[in-house]
Amino acid sequence: MLGPQFALVDVNNFYVSCERVFQPRLQCVPMVVLSNNDGCAVARSNEVKALGVKMGTPWFKMQDLAREHGILAFSSNYTLYADMSNRVVSVLRAFSPDLEVYSIDESFLRVDRVAHLHGGACAMGQCMRERVALWTGLPVCVGVGPTKTLAKLANHLAKKNAVFNGVCDLNDMTRAERVEWMSKIAVSEVWGVGRRLTQRLDLLGIHTVLDLRRANPMDIRTHFGVVLERTCQELRGVSCLSLEAMAPAKKQIIASRSFGGAIENKAQLLEALSSHVARAAEKLREQKSLCAALQVFLQTNRFKPNEPQYNPAVLVPLMEPTDDTLKLTRAASSALTQIFKMGYRYKKTGVMFCGLTQASQRQESLFESNLEKDRSTRLMGTVDRINQHFGSGTIQSAACGVSQKAWQMRSNNRSSRYTTCWMELPVVS
Amino acid sequence: MPNSVKFPSSCLADNVEHEGNLAQKPLSALSWPRPSQVKLVVHKLSAGFPSPAADYAEDELDLNEYLIRNKPATFLFTVKGDSMIEAGILSADKVVVDRSLIAQHRDIVVAVVGGDYTLKFFHRQAGVIQLHSANPRYPPICFSQDDELQLWGVVVGVVRRLKSGV
Repeated sequence: MLGPQFALVDVNNFYVSCERVFQPRLQCVPMVVLSNNDGCAVARSNEVKALGVKMGTPWFKMQDLAREHGILAFSSNYTLYADMSNRVVSVLRAFSPDLEVYSIDESFLRVDRVAHLHGGACAMGQCMRERVALWTGLPVCVGVGPTKTLAKLANHLAKKNAVFNGVCDLNDMTRAERVEWMSKIAVSEVWGVGRRLTQRLDLLGIHTVLDLRRANPMDIRTHFGVVLERTCQELRGVSCLSLEAMAPAKKQIIASRSFGGAIENKAQLLEALSSHVARAAEKLREQKSLCAALQVFLQTNRFKPNEPQYNPAVLVPLMEPTDDTLKLTRAASSALTQIFKMGYRYKKTGVMFCGLTQASQRQESLFESNLEKDRSTRLMGTVDRINQHFGSGTIQSAACGVSQKAWQMRSNNRSSRYTTCWMELPVVS
Repeated sequence: MPNSVKFPSSCLADNVEHEGNLAQKPLSALSWPRPSQVKLVVHKLSAGFPSPAADYAEDELDLNEYLIRNKPATFLFTVKGDSMIEAGILSADKVVVDRSLIAQHRDIVVAVVGGDYTLKFFHRQAGVIQLHSANPRYPPICFSQDDELQLWGVVVGVVRRLKSGV
């Protein structure tokens, strides 16, 4: 086969499917999984999709429909989803040495050098489907094409059209068939084409995938820039995007969450903020970066316009780049003092680490001794290892609070952590 | 070493030779600020004989390795009840279940019957499929070809902690 071939493997209705693996009774029950704080539907079973419920529909707006059709709602159980995601990836890694984990439920694989082992890309796709289903219980679809954008499109076809039996290889089609399919799919389904781009493309008479494919890449470049030109080229079969085996280090790290209920006092805000700082700092150390400045923000509930609104933010530079949770917490705490005002009902707080640099390029300091730095590095390393081994939050700064936390996420109907917690294993009798 | 003491090049002897070319007199080594910290270089030196066992050391025993053949396909369940008591599986035991294996006659399996998980011997003889308990109090469950029996996985191990060990 000439040139690269990519496969996109994607778990169908991932969160819903994870719940069903461990609760066989849910197999044909209409159900949704809700976002943090049990807000909106972030995963829908096919039964719920068939009822016309859109992605992101708030649960409170679905109440009538839910009662009528017996739709069940689950709080998101990210511990379970992360474990199942890792299992799927390790099954897929056995198929190709070149794999990019694109999201929690999608992976790209280079298949051109390995497809012949299975008698072609399509047969390989079916083999992946069967093995993931048998080993993990999760249903996947596979799309294959000469570029990542086409693989993603093929995956869309495989998912929406039963004729493909879950695997669609664009190379197996005739030119006429490809044109036919592309003329039927809206341009908004193309990878990287969002709602705003769709509107602008619409004005130029580009409505379908085929329209975009037939557009002149140079024109697209002048109107929309190089990113969409690349998409256009990829639709024509010219591979512009390669696999990213390692995710590049992030330039910013944000940790924030809405509270379960409104919070008015500073002590509780500080607890929430401190645990966001701890989480972000853990990520910071994981990617071996240092942070030079941090921004702290507060938000009131914008969905309650009759309450007084106040959404301040402040950027605090640090004396020198650090990855030390305690120093970062101190800085965040002083930032909070700067912006906090009594008399508002806050809904959210968060922290953003900016000015990230590689820890290996740390400058020698004028104000801090190396002894102190060594001590900090060792302390943070130890904290991370303890939390990895005994579960996150086993050891934390006292600023995060120890009592029952009023600000914590609402997740009223979370399923068990079936695969990661001894007390919550599934029961067989 | 992070704290090794560096002298400015002007203190070095070969620069002193060119004294005439310099606008400023070189600093003497003594006037250079003393290092704020001194670190000891610590090396482990083994006194005496090297361990005769060093070449024979092996990794510690790992129960995961003993119990789990196929990690991404292996799950744990907690047992409840006495239906497999004569197979040596007691209530509160943990069973190790491998989804990647195809059940053979007489394997212990986790099956889904009526939406619930059940732990049974899998019997397939002359085209007849049955699930047998290891307890005479529970009769076998028979499946005609039409009934759909959903096998969740094959049990490959049992783990039990004894009271004294907890």
